[in-house]
Amino acid sequence: MTGLRQTNEEARRIRALFEAQGAQLVETDILQPAETLLDLYGEDIRGRAYVTTDGVRGEMMLRPDFTVPVVQWHMESNADPARYTYSGKVFRMQEEDLSRPNEYVQVGYEVFDGKAPVQADAEVFAIIAKALDGLPVRAATGDYGILTAAVRGLDTSDARKAALLRHIWRPRRFRALLERFGGKSDVPATRAALLAKADPMADAQVVGLRSAKEVEERIAALREDAQTAPIDSEQIAMLEELVSLRETCPNVLGNLRDIAVDMPSISKAVTRFSQRLDALSEAGIDVDALEFEGNFGRTSLEYYDGFVFGFYSETRAGMPAVATGGRYDALTRVLGRGREVPAVGAVIRPELVVALRGQA
Amino acid sequence: MTVKLGVPSKGRLMEKTFEWFADRGLKLVKTGSEREYSGAVEGIDGIELVLLSAGEIPRELSAGRIHLGVTGSDLVREKVPDWENRIRELAPMGFGGADLIIAVPNGWVDVDTLDDLDAAAAQFRRNHGFRLRIATKYHRLVREFLRDNGVADYQLVDSQGATEGTVRNETAEAVADITSTGETLRANGLKILDDALIHASQATLFKSRNADWSNEDRNVLNQLEDLLRI
Repeated sequence: MTGLRQTNEEARRIRALFEAQGAQLVETDILQPAETLLDLYGEDIRGRAYVTTDGVRGEMMLRPDFTVPVVQWHMESNADPARYTYSGKVFRMQEEDLSRPNEYVQVGYEVFDGKAPVQADAEVFAIIAKALDGLPVRAATGDYGILTAAVRGLDTSDARKAALLRHIWRPRRFRALLERFGGKSDVPATRAALLAKADPMADAQVVGLRSAKEVEERIAALREDAQTAPIDSEQIAMLEELVSLRETCPNVLGNLRDIAVDMPSISKAVTRFSQRLDALSEAGIDVDALEFEGNFGRTSLEYYDGFVFGFYSETRAGMPAVATGGRYDALTRVLGRGREVPAVGAVIRPELVVALRGQA
Repeated sequence: MTVKLGVPSKGRLMEKTFEWFADRGLKLVKTGSEREYSGAVEGIDGIELVLLSAGEIPRELSAGRIHLGVTGSDLVREKVPDWENRIRELAPMGFGGADLIIAVPNGWVDVDTLDDLDAAAAQFRRNHGFRLRIATKYHRLVREFLRDNGVADYQLVDSQGATEGTVRNETAEAVADITSTGETLRANGLKILDDALIHASQATLFKSRNADWSNEDRNVLNQLEDLLRI
């Protein structure tokens, strides 16, 4: 355990670096309305965040991250482009591993800039790399943009694409859906029986808020799905190849260009990936050594939807990520109620920086 | 030191627990007045009987304030995070059986599996602007089960009783509850999903890993295990 004083000094050093880059300092409340976070992240957040109640305001959460309050701050201020920094504690339950701290400091850097997204991606990555310069860390990167483009380009119905996109963050469910849509797994017996009926709603007495009309709509969707041809096995193989990519960035770019020949739908995303590598290179990053993982970050919280990255200790395997970040346009779309602001950001845990520095 | 054995303090669960031990030659007795929650174990030395609410026994086991305890296997899993590192199952007792399941309205003819539930939740959220509500008091078990099975777009709403009525009252769209015969569910127009047995629960004798186990206590436990043939 490193001292709080050292951690705070490190946090100030990192924040000063971010402010020198033009970031405005923002502060957010520690108690956040639980409803917004639950609606965004779902029940899983309840397993990770401390929830408390107040007789008037209802359920509140001890801030599990800064992203949501900072996005809300930005939505109100309306500046464009905008850069923010913040530092403070976040709170996470650690029921399964008591050795992990349940409160720790994060220092963040967030860029809201719709005009040059690729440059913004590179800017955030580069400043985090700069803040961690000289420490024994390695970076890993990924890109949801490629996988989502591949799903959108599949030769199948919009309903199937939407179902797959919805479960991008849940690899097991995603795979199960792919198997069914590919005709590799059987239609559940109950569904076959339902679709065989002339009038499945004949004896149905629907109670509750989900209406009979909604049940009928879903039956119609199931009928349509039953008529949809299986997704071509070659397309599925290509999707699987995309998520299994694990190489340095230049090699991945080569692979992606090969895949794009048969899967033109990812071409734009591949171009963006290549432009990002150029931008990273210009920002002084050695992209030849930079690792890429097709599956990177797929089990973390939802809403990262483009470039993603993390920095990890090279010497201590069990240490959590020293820094993590990525693009979260989708989150601003949900919080902005239709208004989307392209955004990318990252956080560093100064306490881990101090621990690594003590070792180096 | 004595080994503290926590058992349910009232109702059928208490009676069946007393019977189960009696069948194996150990007599559990309440001491003092009928209202007093203390007792003794006859037929073995070194065990103290502690009568507790079944719902509190998991917490006491986890904290190590009792060495042994009888309670529902569902309650231990629900109330104790990472329970397997804190508590060990010594013997399932063969009574108090009930299944924790997910049930939806009969009229949802399109929903029989978790896959269907997930799709219905997506549709519901799109149409109604909030996540599909599942009423339950088993928050941890249900959340972990749905996460492992990749069900999204739902929320849990707390229901400590009369859970089956929440759908008709439109405070929830589905329920996750414990049932032994399914009778109450059927009476409320609900059906059980085919692949959503979250946990098959029964009364179980548990051992605390966190309690102080002196050598003497361990000897008592060995004797007890011999007597109970477990």
